[in-house]
Amino acid sequence: MSNVKFNKKIFEKEIGKIDDKMQMRIAMFGTPVESVTNEEIEIEVFPNRPDLLSYHGFKKSFLAFLGKKTGLKNYKINKPEKDYKVIIDSSVKDVRPYTCCAIVKGLKLDDDKIKELIDLQEKLHFTVGRKRKKLAIGIYPLEKIKLPITYKALEPDKIKFQPLESPREMSGLQILQRHPTGKDYAHLLAGKTKFPIFIDDNKNILSMPPIINSELTGKITTKTKDVFVECSGENYEILKKCLNIIVTTLNDMGGTIYQMELKGGKEKITPNLSSEKMKISIENVNKLLGLELKEKEIKQFLERMGHNYNKQNVEIPSWRTDILHEVDLIEDVAIAYGYENFAEEIPKISTIGKENPRETIKRKISEILTGLNMLEISNYHLTTKNDQIIKMGEQEKQSKSIIELEDSKTEYTILRKDLTHYLLKIFAENVDSEYPQKIFETGKVFNLEGYKIIEKENFSMAITPGNFTEIKQILEYLFRMINLEIKFQEPKDTPIHFIDGRCGEIILENKSIGFIGEIHPKILRNWKIKMPVALCEIELENIFEKLY
Amino acid sequence: MKKIIESLSPNEKKILPYLDEELIQICKKSNLDKVSVLRALEYLQNKKIINLETKKKKIIEIGVNGAFYRTKGLPERRLLNLLDEKRIISLEDAQKQSNLSNEEFKASLGVLKRKALIELKNGKIILSSNKGEISKKTLEEQFIESLPIEYDKLLPEQIFALKSLQNRKDIIQIAEKKEFEITTTELGKEIVNSKISSEDLIEQIDSDILKNEKLWKGKKFRRYDITSPVPKINGGKRHFVNQAIDYARKIWTDMGFQEMQGDMIQSSFWNFDALFTAQDHPVREMQDTFFIDAPSKNFEKNFRGLAPLGCTLVSERASEFQNKKLIEAIKNSHEKGVGGSKGWNYKWDEKQAQKTCLRTHTTCLSAHTLANLKKENLPQKFFAVGKCFRNETVDWSHGFEFNQTEGIVIDKDANFRHLLGYLKQFYKKMGFENLRFNPAYFPYTEPSVEIHAWHPEKKIWLEIGGAGIFRPEVIIPLFGEYIPVLAWGPGFDRTIMDYYEIKDLREIYKNDLTKLRKMKFWIK
Repeated sequence: MSNVKFNKKIFEKEIGKIDDKMQMRIAMFGTPVESVTNEEIEIEVFPNRPDLLSYHGFKKSFLAFLGKKTGLKNYKINKPEKDYKVIIDSSVKDVRPYTCCAIVKGLKLDDDKIKELIDLQEKLHFTVGRKRKKLAIGIYPLEKIKLPITYKALEPDKIKFQPLESPREMSGLQILQRHPTGKDYAHLLAGKTKFPIFIDDNKNILSMPPIINSELTGKITTKTKDVFVECSGENYEILKKCLNIIVTTLNDMGGTIYQMELKGGKEKITPNLSSEKMKISIENVNKLLGLELKEKEIKQFLERMGHNYNKQNVEIPSWRTDILHEVDLIEDVAIAYGYENFAEEIPKISTIGKENPRETIKRKISEILTGLNMLEISNYHLTTKNDQIIKMGEQEKQSKSIIELEDSKTEYTILRKDLTHYLLKIFAENVDSEYPQKIFETGKVFNLEGYKIIEKENFSMAITPGNFTEIKQILEYLFRMINLEIKFQEPKDTPIHFIDGRCGEIILENKSIGFIGEIHPKILRNWKIKMPVALCEIELENIFEKLY
Repeated sequence: MKKIIESLSPNEKKILPYLDEELIQICKKSNLDKVSVLRALEYLQNKKIINLETKKKKIIEIGVNGAFYRTKGLPERRLLNLLDEKRIISLEDAQKQSNLSNEEFKASLGVLKRKALIELKNGKIILSSNKGEISKKTLEEQFIESLPIEYDKLLPEQIFALKSLQNRKDIIQIAEKKEFEITTTELGKEIVNSKISSEDLIEQIDSDILKNEKLWKGKKFRRYDITSPVPKINGGKRHFVNQAIDYARKIWTDMGFQEMQGDMIQSSFWNFDALFTAQDHPVREMQDTFFIDAPSKNFEKNFRGLAPLGCTLVSERASEFQNKKLIEAIKNSHEKGVGGSKGWNYKWDEKQAQKTCLRTHTTCLSAHTLANLKKENLPQKFFAVGKCFRNETVDWSHGFEFNQTEGIVIDKDANFRHLLGYLKQFYKKMGFENLRFNPAYFPYTEPSVEIHAWHPEKKIWLEIGGAGIFRPEVIIPLFGEYIPVLAWGPGFDRTIMDYYEIKDLREIYKNDLTKLRKMKFWIK
């Protein structure tokens, strides 16, 4: 998602007054209004409409939506003039394989328009261009360039030019190491033996994409009338679309579009603004939307979304990236029809509702225990190493079955192995709350067994102050209520957090399902709990099986 | 009035005759301790028999050192007496012979100097006053002798003495005492004058009384003040989030939806790829999603660095989708498109799809369900409620774990109007009557909808969720052919926070037991 800001005065002059009605129309067009101030209006543009990321791009689509200037907008393109050529060398194939270019002349630029172009470039880089990886755009003042242009790749030390905002020449490698923009995007050229460059006929390097332009060629200013535009990257479809977005915007700003020959490129001539074609079926539109639109109406709706329609054939603007399938056109019809105009309907399908039986059982357990005045708690599934391992008396190195998350932004870096440590944590955080404290939780715990990650539902309860008798009473009551019989036996290895001799292993039909006992003072000391704790944790999987 | 008399407890009856006296006297004569008397006085006040006024008074009392000095004499007095003898004496000798501590000595010098009774010259103390001045009692000494005194009754010279003694260690202390003033009301006077029978009214009933009819038959029960507050108690209860989730579950099942279940840990294949989310989509980066890097058999941390995106394959989920056909179908839909779609047009990498993550939405459960659905069971409706995870920092409005709920309707005749109809009905049951639907965008739905609800108290439109019809690129690989699937997946925690008036998201899982005990029930 990206937000774009438009000058309020210009908007109101060219499109219409921004009152409540207009704000509603903007939202129903598919671009929610973020804010309106005295100077600006800010809207949100979804990732599927990069063509709306500039004022001019928005304006032409929105005016069509409002019913003014509907249909596919036609752009005049001029054939390439002498030397309007870009030679693509095979050396770029393994580095940054594709490029497409154009020339636009006769621009009338002011500060607002330059800002709009720079913002558009940046936003395209960031969104569709996936932070310049997939695509980077360069716009250069044509007067500083001698055509034709070559796009090739050279060893980093053979590249020497003065990058933007740098007082001296630097080599390709130096730029990546020392120039601020170079450092930011160095990872995009990491590991490449050659770096790509655009170089003109005077052997002047124009830029090293996707990193930086040269200072000599410089940036466009209000005096610039003619520009050379290039897009380079890894995905040719995206490059084409972005070039189309840029040149149509430049045309809307008063410029005339000229094609360039691409020698060795994927296409021979760019830009190609011819519309794409897709079939649409009236029946499908009405079936999916639940409407009874006539062909004439569908035609009008498609035209209001910037397309042309003729006998089930739709011509789609070449700067739209979101039309992948007929359903995308159907959504456009729905938007033009107006989401607010759909009459809701509930179909008469009769189906029978059903709850997940495991959730039913968990809820019953909760009911039984709240009948004993116990309080249900609910904790995160993520936990910290300190809580799960260290405070429970284990060594981090010994804990083989811990599942770690990559690059967590908080101290919660692992998945919880059990509920026990969380119950103790809650006691530790509530030492000032009234006693006795009786708590329980049901929820998932995660363990690693070899290559497998095992996800299981567990149940755990604890009382403080509490002793073995009291917790055993509760456990036995619970199982009597769900009509299952459990047995107790001495554990082979008492878990480290229980007192040896005061811990029992719980057996359900010859299978061990958990442990019950009194917590060892050394663990209570780690948590700074000053009252005795009796606790139990069991797996629920077997119980689910028995009770289904 | 008879009723009032019958509601007098034994202690109240005991103190009634002595209401005109001082508190201490009441205690003595009624043979009750101070706390019982005060409690009885409160009850009498509640019955409007007396008016009880508490006055807080500041009283200056003698402190530990002050008591000592009262008998032995203030340090400056003792020093003065020594000087009276010696007239002139060195500082050293003076301290030794006067037997004063360092503190006391220093303080005394200061006091005597201020009163111009001595002079200090060349390390010697010189007495500069005559017998008459010395023998006069100082204001401070007079003050100490007069303690205890009420603060409000201090005379100006006493205030002066108080100030100079206040800063010295433990000579005086200021205490707050509560004084009680009892005034009997008209009603009270009536009651006091009336004959209160010494007849015993029955107090607490116990089994002994019940055993013997004679003990209660024909006797009167002391009337209780039934408006009197009683201590609060707490009961056990289901966690409030679970109560809310139970409610959401009920809404879905009432509408004929079946619950889907599934793991929280998913492969990227099910969480992203099966939902037509391109492999370079920003949401698939570590900044947003929790990827899991469980150790390989040898627990070599270095293993992490080798894979270009820093995540090794470890979960058995790899075998999950050994279903080659399904993998091919998804691969195709991304690369070339399916069912007339152009696809995303890039090279799909199976290794990326194998990366294990914590699910970022419950929509992956819908994907699983579609893959296992049989045509003959349609039409069908499914729902899910559960936790989802995003790699976020934690603050008042963001967290890494949140609840989401998800619903899908699979029906060959389903359309956009039905979607809006289900949404309206669902959110009405959640308490949102006034809804607005705006165009939106999600990678796996088209058309897509953003749902806004009018919050009646805050008087603003709130964004409460997204919905849409699954794209053919999602449905065809999973189900085998295109069939409309309506879907919606709102978050749930905001609704919970709104109902319980919780402003900070972190409170939801804090498990503060005191707060949990007080929390109201989810009554909807």
